[in-house]
Amino acid sequence: MSGWFGVLLAVALAAALTFLTLPVVAIFAQQPPGDLVSALGEEGALDALWLSLRTTAAAVLLILVVGTPAAYLLATRRFRGRAGLVTLIELPLVLPPAVAGIALLAAVGPSTLLGRAAQDAGLQLTLATAGVVVALTFVAAPFYLRQAIAAFEAVDATLLDASRTLGASPARTFARVAIPTALPGLVAGTALALGRALGEFGATLMFAGSFQGVTQTVPLAIYDRFATDFTAALALSAVLVAVSAAILLSVKLVRGPDAVAR
Amino acid sequence: MTARAAGLSIDARTPVGDLRLDVALEVAAGECVALAGPSGAGKTSVLRIVAGLLEAAHGRVACAGEIWLDTDRRIGVPAERRRCGYLFQEYALFGHLSAWRNVAYALHEAPRAQREPRARELLARFGLADRAGARPGTLSGGERQRVALARALARRPAALLLDEPLSALDARTRAAAARELAGVIRDAGVPVLLVTHDFTEAALLGDRVAVIDKGRVLQEGSASALAAAPATAFVADFTGAVVLTGEARRGDGGTLVVTLAGGGEITALEGEPGAVAVSVYPWEIALARPGEAAHDSARNHLAVDVLSVTAVGSRVRVGLAAPQPLTAELSEASARELELAPGGRAVASFKAAATRVLPL
Repeated sequence: MSGWFGVLLAVALAAALTFLTLPVVAIFAQQPPGDLVSALGEEGALDALWLSLRTTAAAVLLILVVGTPAAYLLATRRFRGRAGLVTLIELPLVLPPAVAGIALLAAVGPSTLLGRAAQDAGLQLTLATAGVVVALTFVAAPFYLRQAIAAFEAVDATLLDASRTLGASPARTFARVAIPTALPGLVAGTALALGRALGEFGATLMFAGSFQGVTQTVPLAIYDRFATDFTAALALSAVLVAVSAAILLSVKLVRGPDAVAR
Repeated sequence: MTARAAGLSIDARTPVGDLRLDVALEVAAGECVALAGPSGAGKTSVLRIVAGLLEAAHGRVACAGEIWLDTDRRIGVPAERRRCGYLFQEYALFGHLSAWRNVAYALHEAPRAQREPRARELLARFGLADRAGARPGTLSGGERQRVALARALARRPAALLLDEPLSALDARTRAAAARELAGVIRDAGVPVLLVTHDFTEAALLGDRVAVIDKGRVLQEGSASALAAAPATAFVADFTGAVVLTGEARRGDGGTLVVTLAGGGEITALEGEPGAVAVSVYPWEIALARPGEAAHDSARNHLAVDVLSVTAVGSRVRVGLAAPQPLTAELSEASARELELAPGGRAVASFKAAATRVLPL
């Protein structure tokens, strides 16, 4: 690869790399690391971090428990209307976050039938931590479902047949053959959902509000501080970058050995 | 249809895609029936219906005195309770499990402590003791086939279903695998239903062969009976090569001389010494009256008894005993001219070049 075309490719890569990494690097370069750490000690910052981790974990757990069997069903059965169903499930992917927030309010807000039923059952959704989990689940689930459906579709159907002839029930086949075989795709989907949930902003703000320690996740806390205390906003951003990078890296590590084994 | 004590009995009428499957088969315990036909004939669908992996609109399947399927009585035992040892075409080994864990997967009803030793013992029986810890991805084709066989036998199945057991193997491994498979079939003691697109394979492994096309069994019988007296032109074409077995040794000029089991000698141009199967196409075999044959260029001349004469379209299939079953195909005119009739005698001639030798 020589001549002007090679130069063009190299320039394009350099431009992309600079544009994508410069802002991330800048978060750490703006302030001395000591200031970032001390800013984290500020009241509310750790609350936001702890809340983000808890709600994200809860949302992703919900997504895995419900989404994995649902994706398996969609991937392994052929029925009329299946394509339409998959599209419906994927819709939140392209929904603007503000619309997602409004949609959740309209569906399970305090003045709706479902919202009141939840409240009567002792489950406060709006302006409550449970509401954050609902918002995160709503926006992050399609990321996992899409990947999981594709991963299950790629599982050779004769493996599932073989499992049945070896005496395994459909449930055992799902747990012992389908999930392990689809695991790399499921892990990738989990990482996408984790990343999306961790960064969720718009829907949470509109549906659950921004109350410190209750519904103020890290992205909301960053937004809350950036006009008044830029250093604190930077510190929280740095933490989010670190956590997101850790997720990405661990996914690559999980998929790495398997990719080598194939 | 009566379910014989330990046999497998199948009767299925159902659409499968564009195909209308209409098949009835009986396989006795210890017997191997080879269901042979071209791809798309519905062979694998029959196995899948027996195993409970494919639903049949109308059907009955009974094995070892148990009814597995009876659509009239709304009986349909789920696949996991049918006790079928199913060898899949590409073996369908679980890539995330080692060889012994693949076998142990079938033993999950056994006490936990017995699973690993039993799985390893089964693998050892197939000469795979030192490969027990290997993942399927690192095994050779022949090793994979043996792991899959060990796995299919692990549950002590009531019936053994083999889907194109040799087709995923290269020619080199195939002979050894065929020999081993023949042993497994012999020792299984349960009904064995084998599916293949290769008539030679069906003839070597099956006690009986059922030729299937477009969802229907066209003819059923021993391989030599099918070749000698095909019921339809399709069976005639499909049964193609006649298979004779014998012991090969080197002859002069690089040729191979095969002493046939039961008598007779054949010369071939290529092949290795040892136990062999020799195949010849019926249309390569010329017949002559006894004592009249020696004038052509063919190297192989066998004195034969005429067993049957069957017209198939404008051709005539002649079933012969050499003393192994042999089949010749002639035009109607030559058959008339030779006055062939069951009970008569003839000389069968064919060129050494028309003889294919497969190691056994």
